[in-house]
Amino acid sequence: MNFDMGAYGAYIWPAYGVSALALIGITVWSVAAWWRAKARLAALERKP
Amino acid sequence: MQFLFRYANPANFMRLSGVLLPYTVIATIVCLVAGLYLSFSVPPDYQQGSTVTMLFIHVPADVVAELAYGVIAVCSLLSLVWRHPLSDTAARAAAPLGAIFTALGLITGALWGKPMWGTYWVWDARLTSFLLLLFLYFGYMALWNAIEDETRAARAAAILALIGVVNIPIIKFSVDWWSTLHQGESIMSGKIASVYLAPLLLMMAGYALLFLTLWMIRIRTAIVERRARNLMLGVAP
Repeated sequence: MNFDMGAYGAYIWPAYGVSALALIGITVWSVAAWWRAKARLAALERKP
Repeated sequence: MQFLFRYANPANFMRLSGVLLPYTVIATIVCLVAGLYLSFSVPPDYQQGSTVTMLFIHVPADVVAELAYGVIAVCSLLSLVWRHPLSDTAARAAAPLGAIFTALGLITGALWGKPMWGTYWVWDARLTSFLLLLFLYFGYMALWNAIEDETRAARAAAILALIGVVNIPIIKFSVDWWSTLHQGESIMSGKIASVYLAPLLLMMAGYALLFLTLWMIRIRTAIVERRARNLMLGVAP
């Protein structure tokens, strides 16, 4: 593997950084919403 | 159609997606790890130098952005014609994902454009029609949030989604119809060097699988939220 991007690194790394941040962000957001919704339903179902 | 309708039932969808999810999660990780490994193992392009590495995150984002819009359009059609409540849920769940992939396509494209074209942005056919796609996503999501009655919101959003679908072929063929700065199609026509094709296809598969995984999770979340809301209101779930 080669991580030496030369002068173009100034454009390449931000592109990879923004992509990683956005995709990890939407994943965390979606999974957190799922757990929240599941916990809420479970709490409601426990109530008689 | 019968097959589709069977899984348009929320209970069946929960079961099916529950079985599928572990596999799509693993497949996503495998494709992205292998794709990233190969992305950083390719030799520099004879014209683009090392910026060719950006191809592997730019093209997949663009492809999935359009795929997500296609998914919304198909679900909208199913909703308008057959009135399936799950198709509205599925369409709505795909919208934020599509918007993120569209934004990533625009940002990575701009960052590639600066060193290669000498500019972050030009108002040419491909770039402008792709920016319009982002606005279509924003409009679609805003419409859902603007109308309180969910059935009416779903209808309005579905109609907007179907009108906007005309933009998809415009994006695709913009590079052929108009003279643009953006390069033409290079995968299907075999113009791309094979050494770049493997990481590109892996990253495309990884992005598409990530979309599929998150889309299923978001539909499941919406189904569970609706159940909770119905329980709160004392309606049968």
